[in-house]
Amino acid sequence: MSTSSLDLARPRARIRLPRPRLPRAGARLLSPLVLLAVWQLAGSTGILPDRLLAAPDTIAATAVELIRDGTLPEAIGVSLRRALVGFALGAAVGVGLALVAGLSRFGENALDPPMQMLRALPLFGLIPLFILWFGIGETPKVAIVAFGVAFPLYLNTFAGIRGVDGKLAEVGQVLRLGRAALVRHIVLPGALPQTLVGLRQSLGIAWLALIVAEQINASSGLGFMINDAREFLRTDIVVLGLLVYALLGLVTDALVRSAERRALAWRRGFLAR
Amino acid sequence: MATRLSGPVTRVEGLTRRFGDRTVLDGVDLEIRRGEFVALLGRSGSGKSTLLRALAGLDSGTGGRLAVEGTVAVAFQEPRLVPWKRVAANVALGLDVPDPAAAARAALAEVGLADHGRAWPLTLSGGEAQRASLARALVRRPDLLLLDEPFSALDALTRITIHRLVLELWARHRPGILLVTHDVDEALLLADRVLVLADGRITHDSRVDVARPRHRDHPELLALRAALLTALGVTPEETP
Ligand SMILES: Nc1ncnc2c1ncn2[C@@H]1O[C@H](COP(=O)(O)OP(=O)(O)OP(=O)(O)O)[C@@H](O)[C@H]1O
Ligand SMILES: [Mg+2]
Repeated sequence: MSTSSLDLARPRARIRLPRPRLPRAGARLLSPLVLLAVWQLAGSTGILPDRLLAAPDTIAATAVELIRDGTLPEAIGVSLRRALVGFALGAAVGVGLALVAGLSRFGENALDPPMQMLRALPLFGLIPLFILWFGIGETPKVAIVAFGVAFPLYLNTFAGIRGVDGKLAEVGQVLRLGRAALVRHIVLPGALPQTLVGLRQSLGIAWLALIVAEQINASSGLGFMINDAREFLRTDIVVLGLLVYALLGLVTDALVRSAERRALAWRRGFLAR
Repeated sequence: MATRLSGPVTRVEGLTRRFGDRTVLDGVDLEIRRGEFVALLGRSGSGKSTLLRALAGLDSGTGGRLAVEGTVAVAFQEPRLVPWKRVAANVALGLDVPDPAAAARAALAEVGLADHGRAWPLTLSGGEAQRASLARALVRRPDLLLLDEPFSALDALTRITIHRLVLELWARHRPGILLVTHDVDEALLLADRVLVLADGRITHDSRVDVARPRHRDHPELLALRAALLTALGVTPEETP
């Protein structure tokens, strides 16, 4: 709340929106720190019992311990692998289908209607089916992630390809680019910004799908660690698991963003930075 | 090649184009010889760009007959640079020569953009983008060069330089040129032949047999100028 009143008091900061300066960043750090202190205080004084929510210092100590005995790195490794494999599969399918549908009328007629129907299915409603089909090992978890990832990438890449400026396609034609060169130099780079939007959406879904899939049944990974902790009322481990999920999400998002910045350097918006 | 040197590089007979129930081109007849420099005048919306698109092979909705001999290069009315390719890569795009990069560099130097090869198209000024687009067309050494108002965003000084450059390149490689312009004086300074497109047809077609470099005060040009303005529906006294 303090930041918004600051904004109103300084109209200049409102006009020059894109670049928050350091003092403002500092001001924005203040309220989370206060919250953290209140949380710690509530924990230490016993107002907030460990059974409901462990205090920050307990969580930190648990983190150190779980890293030292290898539990946390191993759980992260397992979950990361599921996310990556599922993501890679889903991305390959989503982008691949979008290329086929985007680059030919036949492909569009054949693929787009079923894709539009499938996308209406609720992702997590599929879990029972996936368990029936794939058992309870790694496969259903990877499949859920892949399924969730494929659609945003398909939809955005397809829209990106179809949205490529027809005038640029004409340029390709008069420059006598063949079909392959037209796709490579005009169509795919033209679709890239939209594909990257899809990539960010699909990463968000990938993590969410993984978390849900790991809740249901797992004998390893972050979800297992969290579920196991719940049975022993170890809220410190539950919160730690959540923090790790959040961190992983932030890291992958940052990776995509930096890839975006490099790949879209030609855009005016990026040029300004 | 030598035998075809003065044959037509394009021949158009009875070309028509309708958009809905609007007839934009209504029986255009046009022949451009190899090495001939033709300027096309016409009011805004008279169908000049439509005719050029047809000649470039970009319009499949035309009626009548249209034949083009050899290769065509186009500089569009808007520069249409591919935004995700640096300027030099735009010029070299699809270029079928042993060293496209060197050719692109040379072409950019010719239009005064030697330092902008690594720039992104969206950072160019309007005139710079237009020159880059011109370089992209010129570098192809086409048999027919279609230029759709390629000088409209240039300042007067750059325009003189680029006029000279186009004349030089034309003298050296002798492509047929169809130059669309709004500027009667520009047409008279550059072209062998000046056409006026009005009501969907070529309503005026005159030869300009004045040696280059030309000066706009040349009596023959002044006479032609008056005739062209009349053909365009402007009384000469009205213009400054
Ligand atoms: N794809 C299209 N669909 C509908 N109408 C069109 C289309 N292309 C051109 N026209 C119409 O045809 C007419 C001629 O357009 P054109 O672009 O050839 O004009 P122009 O002579 O090049 O004009 P300017 O000098 O302003 O560039 C215009 O009235 C335009 O609205
Ligand atoms: Mg036009």
